[in-house]
Amino acid sequence: MTVTRNYVPEMCVFILASMAVSPIAAQEEQVNFGRQIRPLLAEKCFACHGLDSETRETEFRMDTRDGLFAPLDSGGVAIVPGDLETSVIYQRLITDDEDAHMPPVDTEKQFSKNEIDLVRRWIKQGAEWQQHWAWVAPERPQLADAASHNAIDFFVQGRLKKEGLKTSSEANRVTLIRRVTFDLTGLPPTAGEIDNFLADKSSNAYETVVNRLLKSPHYGEQMGRYWLDAARYGDTHGLHLDNFREMWPYRDWVINAFNKNMSFDQFTIEQLAGDLLPDATVDQQVATGFNRCNVTTSEGGAINEEYHAHYTVDRVATISTVWMGVSMGCVVCHDHKFDPYQMKDFYQLYAFFNSLDGPVMDGNKKDTAPVLKIASDAQQAEMADLNHLIAELSKTTTAPNVTVDQAQAEWEKQLQTNVISEPEWVVLSPETSTSSGGATLTRQEDESILVSGENPAKEVYEFIAQVESKGLTAVRVEGLLHPSLTAGGAGRSSNSNVVLSEFEAEVASTVEPDKWEKIKFTKAWADHEPPDGNFKIGNTIDGKAETGWAVGGHQRKEDRTAIFVADAPFGHEEGTRLKLRLRHESIYSQHQFGRIRLAVTDAAEIPQIGSETVPAKIADLLKIEPKKRSDEQQNTIRDHYRNTVSTDETLIQNRTDLAAKRKRQTELDKSLPTTLVWKELAEPKPAHILIRGAYDKKGDLVYRNTPAALPPLAPLGEGETPTRLHLAQWLVAPDHPLTSRVTVNRFWQQYFGVGIVQTTEDFGSQGSPPSHPELLDWLAVDFQENGWDVKRLQKQIVMSSTYRQSSQVPQDPQDLRSLDPDNRLLSRGPRFRFDAEMIRDNALSLSGLLIDRIGGPSVKPYQPPGIWFAVAYTDSDTAKFKRDSGEALYRRSMYTFWKRTAPPPTMVTFDAPSRETCSVRRSRTNTPLAALALMNDEQFVEASRGIGQRIMTESGSTDEDRAEFAFRLVTARRPSNAELAVVLKVYRTSLAAYVTNEKAAQKLLAVGDSTADSSLKASQLAAWTMVANMLLNLDETITKG
Amino acid sequence: MDIRTETMLNLTRRRLLGQGLNAAGVAALAGLQGGRTLVAQESPPQSKGALPGIPHHAPTAKRIIYLFMSGGPAQHDLFDYKPALDKLFDKDLPDSVRQGQRITTMTSGQKRFPMAPSMFKFQQYGESRAWVSELLPHTTKVIDDLAFVRSVYTNAINHDPAMTFIQTGRELPGWPSLGSWLSYGLGSGSENLPNYVVMTPTWTGRKSAQALFSRLWGTGFLPSKLQGVALRAQGDPVLFLSDPPGVDKAMRRTMLDGLSELNQLQYEQNGDPETNARIAQYEMAFRMQTSVPELTDFSQESKEVLDMYGPDVQKPGTFAASCLLARRMAERDVQCIQIFHRGWDQHNNLPRDIRNQCRDIDQPTRGLIEDLKQRDMLKDTLIVWGGEFGRTVYCQGKLARDNYGRDHHPRCFTMWMAGGGIKGGQSLGLTDDFSYNIVENPVKISDINHTILQCLGIDNRRLSVKFQGLDARITGVEQSRVLQELLT
Repeated sequence: MTVTRNYVPEMCVFILASMAVSPIAAQEEQVNFGRQIRPLLAEKCFACHGLDSETRETEFRMDTRDGLFAPLDSGGVAIVPGDLETSVIYQRLITDDEDAHMPPVDTEKQFSKNEIDLVRRWIKQGAEWQQHWAWVAPERPQLADAASHNAIDFFVQGRLKKEGLKTSSEANRVTLIRRVTFDLTGLPPTAGEIDNFLADKSSNAYETVVNRLLKSPHYGEQMGRYWLDAARYGDTHGLHLDNFREMWPYRDWVINAFNKNMSFDQFTIEQLAGDLLPDATVDQQVATGFNRCNVTTSEGGAINEEYHAHYTVDRVATISTVWMGVSMGCVVCHDHKFDPYQMKDFYQLYAFFNSLDGPVMDGNKKDTAPVLKIASDAQQAEMADLNHLIAELSKTTTAPNVTVDQAQAEWEKQLQTNVISEPEWVVLSPETSTSSGGATLTRQEDESILVSGENPAKEVYEFIAQVESKGLTAVRVEGLLHPSLTAGGAGRSSNSNVVLSEFEAEVASTVEPDKWEKIKFTKAWADHEPPDGNFKIGNTIDGKAETGWAVGGHQRKEDRTAIFVADAPFGHEEGTRLKLRLRHESIYSQHQFGRIRLAVTDAAEIPQIGSETVPAKIADLLKIEPKKRSDEQQNTIRDHYRNTVSTDETLIQNRTDLAAKRKRQTELDKSLPTTLVWKELAEPKPAHILIRGAYDKKGDLVYRNTPAALPPLAPLGEGETPTRLHLAQWLVAPDHPLTSRVTVNRFWQQYFGVGIVQTTEDFGSQGSPPSHPELLDWLAVDFQENGWDVKRLQKQIVMSSTYRQSSQVPQDPQDLRSLDPDNRLLSRGPRFRFDAEMIRDNALSLSGLLIDRIGGPSVKPYQPPGIWFAVAYTDSDTAKFKRDSGEALYRRSMYTFWKRTAPPPTMVTFDAPSRETCSVRRSRTNTPLAALALMNDEQFVEASRGIGQRIMTESGSTDEDRAEFAFRLVTARRPSNAELAVVLKVYRTSLAAYVTNEKAAQKLLAVGDSTADSSLKASQLAAWTMVANMLLNLDETITKG
Repeated sequence: MDIRTETMLNLTRRRLLGQGLNAAGVAALAGLQGGRTLVAQESPPQSKGALPGIPHHAPTAKRIIYLFMSGGPAQHDLFDYKPALDKLFDKDLPDSVRQGQRITTMTSGQKRFPMAPSMFKFQQYGESRAWVSELLPHTTKVIDDLAFVRSVYTNAINHDPAMTFIQTGRELPGWPSLGSWLSYGLGSGSENLPNYVVMTPTWTGRKSAQALFSRLWGTGFLPSKLQGVALRAQGDPVLFLSDPPGVDKAMRRTMLDGLSELNQLQYEQNGDPETNARIAQYEMAFRMQTSVPELTDFSQESKEVLDMYGPDVQKPGTFAASCLLARRMAERDVQCIQIFHRGWDQHNNLPRDIRNQCRDIDQPTRGLIEDLKQRDMLKDTLIVWGGEFGRTVYCQGKLARDNYGRDHHPRCFTMWMAGGGIKGGQSLGLTDDFSYNIVENPVKISDINHTILQCLGIDNRRLSVKFQGLDARITGVEQSRVLQELLT
């Protein structure tokens, strides 16, 4: 399973020797401190003589200019420019004395001879010191002859010239249009597009193509796809249950942002702080989903504070990587050993992202708050319509109506004597819910607790909840229906019935949370009791496990309510803690509730269930003499009467209509997709340094600020606290040394496979130095100065001659370009394998199966059975994969549902990341598993047949015509005679086999959901399908040439 | 990873060593790597694609079979015999023992922490007189091959982070797994099979089981080709192994011959070595189409051998079948094999469920050890057994003599190792009378992983990659040690 490259060994050693220093040999020229010396010192010395005060062995520091050039405590000076004899560092490097030798002889990281020689030459040449290049804001380098050159070509060619190498000629037009079409849209060019380009003799023919592609809606998909790796976008939470998370509106936002060419500074601001923009639009809030893409958990037993810290660390690390190319991973626990970042810097950034107004535990639900509902235009229209209708209908309720008013007066009169007010119930939201039988208890949106998993014969649920009220008088227990329970009822037994044997409660104050006192209940009422009298509600407070209350769930599927009245008011001034226990310990196995909701009240009088009551508020109003009531009070009573009591037919009709509309309103509202967004807590949480990164070891309090080694935040107003908006603006401020460099570098990587800085994620001293530092700076400054115009930058790159070069690798060992084996100097055009998504999208597009609609929810195309189930938590809502059908099978791969603990297998085989963490650089491997996927995955086999059909229906009728058409369709170019011969040979051999075995042909053609064109001869179509299968597997087909 | 390093390593290991390195080359390499000679004197043989210098020392094992008990087996009921508990049934765990330690929020609301002595009988076995419960009668037959560590502890208290921690050295996603580190270092042993294979067999304990995550055998920031290949019990053992319906072997060969010719013609045009590499990968894919079905076909196994693994061995996807597959892979030079057996998360009804779980693994584990031994392969096959944490001495939920549950317990648990380089018949570490705290020889997860590397000939310090400003290793940034006591 290897990537092989053919070089003669001697050549290799030569290249290696120079590579350790810089990408290309730099024999006797001036040694560059930043590129050649600092990385050595950082690698081998900073661990003990760097920024991290904890591991610093002595006060002597080598990461600062002062350290290197000031007198040492032990005498002498570390570096004396020009003088090797008195430069202590040099002497310690070359000494034979084991005790004096540096680095200490027993450490791994020693200097090689070459490296010592570099240090020697650097000191000799005057020991010039520079700050690490990436910490200094870029300045636009001069172009010698700006007029005649694309700046990219100027710098690339300048460097090649210096190394004695030359460029390659321009790629042929077919290669070029295929390359640029894939790069800008992720899809292949159509035959028509190729022909148009070949026929266009105008001087700007290529530019015409580029302009067309930049306007394609698929441009946004292609650019967005890379961004989603960085944003760690996924369709599940990523940890533990790894349930569904609804997040795709954020993905749509990304695609749209690229398509409308949102400037990169705005793109940054909206994602990091869209919610803080004045009058933030829905779109701007959706953008803040970037900071909600991190993996989350709701694992039973997980500790909130710990995961709160994990999430926040992930956000800081992601933003540091994506915008600043800084590896902050190590700064979580200690000061950076190589780069100028301290723990304090990290936790100051942390302070910007630790105040999300939402729960830490994701609740295993798709829409963990804060979320936004997203309505389409049609949905918005319907909602407006409903609102209007409801308002109209409500008018009827309030319209003058003498008859009804008279009836109301009667009703009031009757009530004067006996008003029973409905108690106001406060629904409890338990902080812990336990099952004696190991069942899984999950809190629902309506605060009910849903039970799943283990289902023992006997079961005791215990809930602990906190309420502010005191003087409580009763507890209400509701047993609610749920589709996941037996027959959609309220119970977990096989017949859906429930027997509650005992109900118990204890109370404690929040001051002494463990001092529980039993609550005595004297009365209990239920909304239903079995008529035989054996299972009355009173049995639940009789202290006997054998007796109980049965709900009759085997006969009726209804929500059940029971009320327990205490003998005396309970609760505490300081805050009340309640422990409520539902015992199901009768002889009836598994007769337990499956969904429970709890509530308490402080109402003085608790009416029996079913008594005619009026809401407390109305009851109070009714006590006021009619003449003394305000208009508002009078209206409240009137509305209550007309909405619930009146028997007037018009009103009843009106009520029914209103209820229907309201129901539709709720349904519609529920059907709206949600997306996770950022909303800041009203009061930001304090942030502390976490000692060694441990959530429970809080160090110094820190305040929002940016790293000391980078430019400061723009001055704030008096008393103003920095916000994410300030931070986002800081990232895109002109003096920020990193954002624009890191961004142009990442775009560059898309085209050339490697960034100008190879370590896209690390621009620090441990990252690789830029191959073309001046070009990087030029592009970075130019990008900023032109309004962070993303499309302009893409065009700049693809218009360059550098990009348009032929990608042929020189085969003559005498060719100097072979000194550039990895094409780091760009002596030829880019050639590398497509990303996973492009490989699949290409096959779909060529086969004519592709549904190229933009955006929308994720889809589940073909996937072998059992991939999710093999690893998933059995109760996860993504444990069982259910494949979609129809169009969903043929959408672009960026819409494939991404379960993060078991991502789509073919995507992963072709190196797509799991999306659990931020990824700005994919590996490109070449394995037999990839070969198997591309040959045998149902998706590709079906696509092969699609191509086979196109071969037979869209080209001439001779085998030769068809073979040529097939080859050109897939590779975009015409085959050579030799190639044509191979295609024909494969076709004819396959055909011969399928003619004698028609059944096999039929089987092959039946693969996939779409049906084969039955008007075509099966043996022929099968043979062409095999040809297409071969062509889809060509190295050339899955490679950008 | 740093592409410079990557390129360099690719070049060195794939070319220089593969083609015989001349003296100048060795010197140059040595220079690059900071003075150390990378090619060890009289070096043990390297496997294909191994990192330069690996093995760093003579390995005692050529491969590892790691039996991962997912969910956290209860040490009290299997190996960590605590007779004193018997008299303490339903007594509260003394505060002096608990010391206010963190417990999960699943039991932190419990009013009491009543102790649950194991209901299973323990007895001493073998020359080593090791205590084992009645749940594992077969295991006792190979007891003198096992070296127990009864004092393993971990940082995490919940499944997801604890498993991720054992497998990658980190609690959160994003880091390479043990197996991918091993493949990264060792290269590949087999020409026809993936080097790191994972199996996720069925289980018969409680139905609902904790999740696994593909990150547990993922590669994090290492090249993705190093990821574990999950061998499947359902459908193709390796994804997309079978040709589509209607495509037979001859048809596939026709297509592959054509493909190879076309790729060759293309290579002559573009000169890109990647094209050449791809030709080779397709040939390996074709070989796998034969070698994998051959691997999973037990028809040539003798009845005696099949019987060793117990009756489940003929049921695809069982732990028993996985163990036999593991042996067959070991014979075919697959270097890293992991079996994740789920269902050990016994918060309640532990006695019922643990019986079933033990029945799943007991005989097959013995079978694996004895089978390897009779083929003289145990001596260079390292076997590791363990879960992600232990379980509590106190009961979760309702307590009876014969029914109880146990919550997660990261502070101590038992693992065992056997085979290549391990001195069997011994035990390291001691826990207190409650198996709650460690009283002697605490062993970190990183010590276990460090020891595994040691057995496979890898110096832990030298298997590292730069990531996020750290020298990333499977053992993490803190010091770890080789458990020398366990080694022969």
